[in-house]
Amino acid sequence: MSTKVAERTRGGVGESVRRVDGVPKVKGQFLYGSDLWAEEMLWGYTLRSPHPHARIVSIDISRALSSTGVHAVLVASDVPGRKTYGLEIPDQPVLAIDRVRYQGEAVAVLAANDLELARRAAERITVAYEVLPAVADMEQALRSDAPNVHDFGNVLRHIRIARGDYNTPADVWVEGYYETGMQDQAMLGPESGLAIPAEDGGIDLYVATQWLHVDRDQIAPCLDLPPDKVRLHLAGIGGAFGAREDLSMHLHACLLALRTRKPVKMVYSREESFYGHVHRHPARIWMRHGATRGGMLTSVYARIVIDGGAYASSSTAVIANASTFAAGPYEVPNALVEGTAVYTNNPPCGAMRGFGAVQACVAHEAQMDKLARALRLDPVELRVKNAVSTGSVLPTGQIIRGSAPVREVIRRCAAIELPPAPSERDPLTYPGGAGNVSRGERLRRGVGFAVGYKNIAYSGGFDDSAECRVKLFSGPGGVIAEVHSAAAEVGQGVHTLLVQIAREELGIDTVVLHPADTSVGSAGSSSASRQTMMSGGAVQMACRAVRDVLFERARRAGLDRELAPDIPVAIRDGQIFAGARRVGALVEFLDEPIEQTRVYHHRKTTPLDRDGQGDPHVTFAFAAQRAVVEVDEDLGLVRVVQIAAAQDVGHALNPQSVFGQIEGGTAQGLGFALMEEIQLKDGRIRNPSFTDYLIPTILDMPPVVSVLIEEPEPGVPYGAKGAGEPSAIVSTAAILAALRDATGRELNRVPVRPDDLIGLAPPVQSSGPPPAPNVPYPEPVPKALGIL
Amino acid sequence: MLIRTNVNGEERQADVWPGTSLLSMLRDHLGLVGSKNACEQGECGSCSVWLDGELVCACLVLAAQAGGRDVRTVESLAQGDRLHPVQKAFVDAGAVQCGFCTPGLIVATADLLQHDPTPGEETIREALAGNLCRCTGYQKIIDAVRIAAECRRA
Ligand code: FES
Ligand code: FES
Repeated sequence: MSTKVAERTRGGVGESVRRVDGVPKVKGQFLYGSDLWAEEMLWGYTLRSPHPHARIVSIDISRALSSTGVHAVLVASDVPGRKTYGLEIPDQPVLAIDRVRYQGEAVAVLAANDLELARRAAERITVAYEVLPAVADMEQALRSDAPNVHDFGNVLRHIRIARGDYNTPADVWVEGYYETGMQDQAMLGPESGLAIPAEDGGIDLYVATQWLHVDRDQIAPCLDLPPDKVRLHLAGIGGAFGAREDLSMHLHACLLALRTRKPVKMVYSREESFYGHVHRHPARIWMRHGATRGGMLTSVYARIVIDGGAYASSSTAVIANASTFAAGPYEVPNALVEGTAVYTNNPPCGAMRGFGAVQACVAHEAQMDKLARALRLDPVELRVKNAVSTGSVLPTGQIIRGSAPVREVIRRCAAIELPPAPSERDPLTYPGGAGNVSRGERLRRGVGFAVGYKNIAYSGGFDDSAECRVKLFSGPGGVIAEVHSAAAEVGQGVHTLLVQIAREELGIDTVVLHPADTSVGSAGSSSASRQTMMSGGAVQMACRAVRDVLFERARRAGLDRELAPDIPVAIRDGQIFAGARRVGALVEFLDEPIEQTRVYHHRKTTPLDRDGQGDPHVTFAFAAQRAVVEVDEDLGLVRVVQIAAAQDVGHALNPQSVFGQIEGGTAQGLGFALMEEIQLKDGRIRNPSFTDYLIPTILDMPPVVSVLIEEPEPGVPYGAKGAGEPSAIVSTAAILAALRDATGRELNRVPVRPDDLIGLAPPVQSSGPPPAPNVPYPEPVPKALGIL
Repeated sequence: MLIRTNVNGEERQADVWPGTSLLSMLRDHLGLVGSKNACEQGECGSCSVWLDGELVCACLVLAAQAGGRDVRTVESLAQGDRLHPVQKAFVDAGAVQCGFCTPGLIVATADLLQHDPTPGEETIREALAGNLCRCTGYQKIIDAVRIAAECRRA
C-alpha cells in the first residue's frame, strides 16, 4: 500500500479560498491605475480625431503650448523611435501621421499641471483636416470601388477551412443569415497609468494592463529605448475583458514623461474609454447546414465577415477563431468556412471575452435549432447526437486530444430544474420592472438552449509561455514562499490561484506575492482563459524545483536514508515527511533561501495551412446554457427568468471563483443579447457613455444556476481548464433561442431590440454572402506582402 | 475656491476649481481614492458616499455643495483591521472580482441595511440598481447582502 503523500494544505488547490486582494478592495485601499499619485505629477490628455477618415493638413500647437500650466504638447514627429505599434501588426500610429482613420484616433497629447488645464489647452490645438470618404461598412470594404483604408487594401486576413465536400448530398438543408453588433468591454476601471522618468534615461510605467511584456515590447521601439530601460509595473486593474490587450495611454504617458522629465498620469474618462480601446467585432455570418433524416450533421458551410475597424489589433487571431469555431462543438465530416477580417474606418476592434467564438456561436446555435425544427427533433437531443468527444476530428483536421465531456455538459445543463411558472406576482418582476406599464396580459415564456466552446491559450503555433520565480526562505514568523509572476490580476483571481498552488506544492501557509512587473519573465496575457494553465503551471514547476533543492539539501545534511528515492516525500505544515514519518522541519534547511525560476510551455500547435488544416488549438473548454425568458409582447420588454449553466472546467481549483467567472461571463452574454451595442453612424460612435451604452444592472440579471463538470484535462497542471470565457460564449445564443421560442420570430441579429420582438422591425436581410477575396494564403495580408 | 468640509470625522479643506465634483475633491485633492470614478456621470454608483447621512453619487455633487457638510466615504467603515460586516460579507461571498464597483456597492449596501435590516431579494435588487458591476453578474453580491444582513441580526 502506498503511503499517503500529502494532506490538504489550508488554502490549497480545490478550496474556495478568499481572494488575496479582497480585504484591500473592500476597504477602498487597493490602488488602481487611476488612483496612482507621485510628487510633482502632471496630467496627460489626448486630442482625438473628430473624423472617421481625413487628411491632416496642418497642426498648430503654439497656442496650447503657451497656455498656463502646460509643459509639453507632442505630435507624431515627436515620437523618437518607430512611429507605429500593434499587437500583431504594427499598423497603428502612436500619434496620427498625416491621416486619421477612425473617429477618436489620437492626434496629439499634452501634459499640464492638472486635468482641467490639460483639457482646456487641448481645445487650443488647431488641426486642419481635409475630410475623406469613409469606409463605414464591412461589406462595402470588400468592394473594388471602396476607398482604401490602408494603402495595401481593405482585406486584413482571409481564412479558408475546407474539409471533405461541403456540397455532399443531405436529406435536409437549413440556411441562415446572422448579424452581431459591436459590443464594448465596459470594464468599470478606465484606462489609466502613471509614467515616471528614471535617472538612467529609461522609464517606469505603472499601468493597468493584461500583459506587461507585450506592452513593453511595443513601447520600447517607439521610445527608441532598449527593452530593459522600459520597466512596467502592474497597477490595480478595474476589469479588462480584452480591452487592455492593446496599448492605450501607455506610450503617450511615457512620451510626455520623458519629454517633461516629470511623472505623468493619464486616466481616460468614460467617454474617452469608448474611443480609447478596441471593441468586439461586429460580424455578418451566412450559414448552411446539411443533415441526414436521422439528425446527423453532414455538412456545414459558413461565410463570416468581421469588421476590424481602422487598425489590425488582434483581428487576425479573432477571425481565425471565429472560423475554426464556426461549426460549433459538433462532428461534421464536410465543411467549408470562409472568414474575412476587413479594415474599415470604424473604431478598431480586437479582443473581447470569447474572442470570435461568441459571434460564431450565435450563428451555429441558431442553425442547430433550425435543423431540429426541420427534422422535428428535440434541440437538446440533436446537440447530444452530434456533440464532439475526445478523438473527434474538427473541420481543421485537428483531433481533440484532451477531455471533451460535451454530452455530459449538455445533459447536466438540461437536467437543471426549470423555474416554476409564476402565480401571484409582484408587478416589479414583469419584464421591464418598474418601467412595465402593462399588467402582464401578453407575457410569453420561452426556453432556449446553446452549446459552445473555446480554445484555451494562444493558438496557431504561438508559444505564449509563462515564467514564474519562487523563493522559499525563513522569515520572522516562519517559512515564507514568495511568488513572483508577471501575470495580470484583472479581477479573475489569478493571484489568489498562484498563492493556492504555492501553498499546495510547498506545504506551507505563508505565501506572499511579489508585485507583478517586468523584472521577471513574461507570464503571457491574462486572456484566452490561459493563466490557470500557464502561470498556474509555471508556479507549480517552480515550486517543485524549489522542493527538489530543499530535499537535496536535506539529503546532504544526513537525511539521505530517510529521503531515499523510493519513499514518497511530502511537505505539510512546514515539516518534511518521508512516508508517514516526520523527518525534519523546513526551516532547518533554509539558512540560505532557495530561489527557482521556471517557464511553462503548453503543447506545440501549428498554424493553419492553405486549406485551413492543421492543429491550431492547445485544448478546449465546453459549456452549455439554457435560458428561460419572458417577453411582454405588447411592450417588447424582456426579463430573463433563469440561466442554467453547465461548464467543463477540468478541475475547479477555486470553485467559488469558477462560479464567479460563469456568472460574470453570463452577465456579459446577457448584455450582448439584449442591450449592449456601440451604435455607429457613418463611422461615428453615437453612444459613448453609460447613459446610452447600457450594461446589465442587478435588476436585469436572473439567478444563474451552475454545475461544474470536472473531467481532468490530461497533461496540464491539476487537470484544470480556464473558466473565464465559455459562459460568455453561450449565454447570448441561449437567450436568443429563448426569445425565438417565446415570440416565434426569426431574431437573427444581436442585440435584440424591443422593435424586433414585437415585429416593428423585420429580421435583417442579406442579398447573399460576398465573394471570398482573392487571398489564397492564410497569413495576414500585410505580413504576407512583407509590408508590416 | 477654498472648500471646508468634514470628511470621515475630520475637518478637511481643499482649493478647487468651481466646477470640481465632490468625487474629484476626495480623490485628487484629499487623497481619498476609495470612492471610484467609473463614469463620472451618475450612472454607475462606484462613487457612492454619504453626504449628511444621505447616499449620493459623489460625481454628481459639486465640491462646493459639500462645503460645511458631513461626508462619509468607504474609508470610514473598517475600524483598523476590523472590517465592517458588509465588507466582510463581500469578501466571504466572493462578491469581489476586480473590485472597482466594490466600494460603491459596500456603501450602498451599508445604507440599505441601515434603512431595512431584513431586505428581501426584490428590495435588494431595487436598492442596488444604481450600482453597476461588470465582473460578477451580481449573484454573489446578493449573497453578500444577505450574509451581511444575517450577521447584523446575530
Ligand atoms: S462615477 Fe459617479 S456614478 Fe459613476
Ligand atoms: S467586481 Fe469588477 S466591476 Fe464589480
